[in-house]
Order: sequence, then structure tokens, then C-alpha cells
Amino acid sequence: MRLKIILTLTVLSGAILAWNLHRIFTQVPDEANQGAIFRIIYFHVPAAITSFTGFYLGMFSGVGYLIRKDLRLDSIAASINEVSLAFATITICTGSIWGRIIWGIWWTWDARLTSYFVCLLIYFGYFMLRRAIDDPTTRARLSAVLSIFACVDIVLVWKSIEWFRTQHPGPVLEIRGGGGMAPGMEAPLWWNFLALLMLSAALILIRTRQEAMKLEIDALRRHAHAF
Amino acid sequence: MKFLRQTLAIAAKDLRSEIRGKEAVNASVSFALVILLLFSFAFDLEPEQVRDISGGLLWLIFAFAGTLILNRSFARELVNDCLDALLASPVSGAQLFFGKCLANYLLIMVVECISLPVFAIFYNVRLPQRLALLFLVMLLGTWGITVIGTMFSAMTVNLRLRELMLPTLIYPMLIPALVGAIELSRVLITGGPLAENLIWFRVLVAFNVIFTILSLALVEIVLVG
Repeated sequence: MRLKIILTLTVLSGAILAWNLHRIFTQVPDEANQGAIFRIIYFHVPAAITSFTGFYLGMFSGVGYLIRKDLRLDSIAASINEVSLAFATITICTGSIWGRIIWGIWWTWDARLTSYFVCLLIYFGYFMLRRAIDDPTTRARLSAVLSIFACVDIVLVWKSIEWFRTQHPGPVLEIRGGGGMAPGMEAPLWWNFLALLMLSAALILIRTRQEAMKLEIDALRRHAHAF
Repeated sequence: MKFLRQTLAIAAKDLRSEIRGKEAVNASVSFALVILLLFSFAFDLEPEQVRDISGGLLWLIFAFAGTLILNRSFARELVNDCLDALLASPVSGAQLFFGKCLANYLLIMVVECISLPVFAIFYNVRLPQRLALLFLVMLLGTWGITVIGTMFSAMTVNLRLRELMLPTLIYPMLIPALVGAIELSRVLITGGPLAENLIWFRVLVAFNVIFTILSLALVEIVLVG
């Protein structure tokens, strides 16, 4: 059943991404000021939203562990955070490529970029912490707490555009009060978001299975050592 | 009232232990001096430029030197299983955490109060006329460092690589507080307009309030399970 869900999600996500790529490159016109490079927004923004969504779901899963003490919830939290970290890295990379073309630099210590980078470092720390703890219950407990702290930091990231002066472009999506995209140009972005969400769900399912197997192997190893 | 009394008992215990041994404060002050020395090799700046970056330099010294005190905070309780004894005592996790926070806060403030004039002498920086405001920034910024540092010190106390893990985990987490404190210190030292930078006071206060509440709520889970 799990394999069927993973396959369905992957195929659907691939199909939407392929259809969207076709639309983005053949039907969506170049942006007036930025030219063709603006199309990177169709991957940059969905990847950013997917990573944020994931970090929050990871936190909720961690909180679920703290309430129910079920290690499967910790496995889910770790898997979600790992996939989200991958999408956050994609966001930084695509943003950097866009910045090289538009600003002429790969990186600038702008508030939003810095905050996003901070977010990445916190989640690198999350996985370092997990690796440093052998006992599964301690690992799950401390990871969940760190995840809560990290998500509070994400709020600062999200709000930083309003708090700090920034050279990062202002909100363009209607949902954030931007209204900066022409009609018809925003739709592929949301389709891409859906595709990336499905892809991340498939990856999370695969990682959760691996985490569950790892727990099982660790338990067997401890059992063997007991003799 | 009982909460406060037991919290202060923990803080007094930690301070007494530090006053007798002086290991964390001595190491922290020495480390602050070493960083001050290293900065002199890293930068060759005009007095005007030094004032511009003095906020950043100061808070880097405070954050790096403070970590040495924070690292010892829970680690000193590992000897003779003192941490287990403290957890078994009728003191809650929140009281233990808050008591340690207060002790660390005072110790880091002592290190800062020693480092600040030394920094001013070594780098020919005239301390601002609004010294009371700079002290207020130090009070706010240091609480941010202390509360996050003490919480993560509790989280990493039983790890093999705790000396490595603590700075790796807390510095990214501290960025909003450090940025706020750096900006305000820079403005005060260069004599810039404070009214335009009041947002950083709000950031500092919000950071301190949010993470103090969060830490008090979660520390029991970290320490006991």
C-alpha cells in the first residue's frame, strides 16, 4: 500500500512538473524588467513554501511525540525536517542563481537571505544533535524541543521582511498582498507548489520507512548485545 | 514566593561555587582578552571605522566569552551525579533552569563589565555619553544569550561533543538578539539617532520574552523527560 502511494505521488508530481515546465517555457511571457530569469520564481517560491510547511509539520510531529511518546512520530518529524532542509537548500540555490543575474552577485547579507541562511544552520544543528544522541527516546525528546525553538525562529524569518529593510523583492503573490504578477502568470507557481508537496510527501514516506527500519535494527542490535 | 526562593537558592549555589573556583569566569575573561588581541591583527582600522564596527566586535566578544560560562553551567553538575541529585530534589526543572539562568546572567555581565572598558582602552573608543542606555542594551542582549545558552546547555549536557554542540546550536538561534544588540550598541557608540533604531529594542524584548517563556515551558521535558 505504502509503495503504491509513493508511486502515485511521484508519478503525479512528475506529470504536473513536466506539464508546468512546458507552460512556463512556452506559454508564460518573459517578465518586463527581469527577462527570462524571472521563471526561477516558479521553483524558488514553491520550494520555500514547501520547506516552511515542512518545518512546521515537523514541529507538530515532534510535539505529537512529546504528547504521545510514540517513536514513529519522531521518525516522521525527522523525515519531514530532512526533506524540508533539502527544499530550503533548493530555495537558497535558486535564489542565489537569480541574484547573480539580477543583482550581479551570488549572495548579499540582506535580512531575508541571512534569516533564511540562519534557518538552514539551525536545521543543520538539528541533525547534528540527532546524530550525537544514541538513545532513541532522548533523541526524540530533544529533537522535538529543538524543532519548537527552530519554528519560532522561522516566524522571525517570515516576519523579517516587514521588520527589516531589505533588498529582497517585496511580496509578489496575491495571497501576501503583493498582486505583482500578471493574471495567468501566478497559476503555474501554485501547480508547482502542489507538485513539490506531493514529491516531498513521497520522499517523506520513503525516509519514514528507512527511519522505522533503522529503529528496528538498533533494537535488534541492543537485543543481541544483551546476550 | 516559594518558586523565587528556590530559584534564588540555585542561583546562589552556582554563584558560590563559581566564586570559590573562579574557573568559568577566569577562562571567560582570558578568552575575551585573547579575542581582543586577535581582532587587533585581523583589522587595521582608522578610529572612525573602529567606532562603526565596535558594536559588532563587542557583541562577538560577549557571545564567544559567554559561551564558556554557559558550557560549564550544567556540565559542572555531572561530577558526582549532582544533576541527578538536583533533579531528585524538590526543585522543579523550571526553578533549576531559572536559577542557573540568573547565575549565568550575573557571571556574563561581570565578564562584559570587565571587557567593555578594556575594549575601549585597547581600541581608543570613547564610551558613549549615553552609557546607561548602552548598559540597558547589554542587560537585554545578555539575557537573550543567557536564556538560550542555558537552555541548550541543559540539552547538550549529556552529549559527548557538548563543547562543540553548544556554540553550533546557539549562535544561529541568537542571531536576532545579537543583530539587535549590535545595531543599538553601534548607534550609541557612534552617537547616531536612536529614534530610528527603536525597532531593535522591540526585537530584543520580544526575543527575550518569547524564548524565556518557551524555555520555562519546555525545560522540564529536556531535563526529566
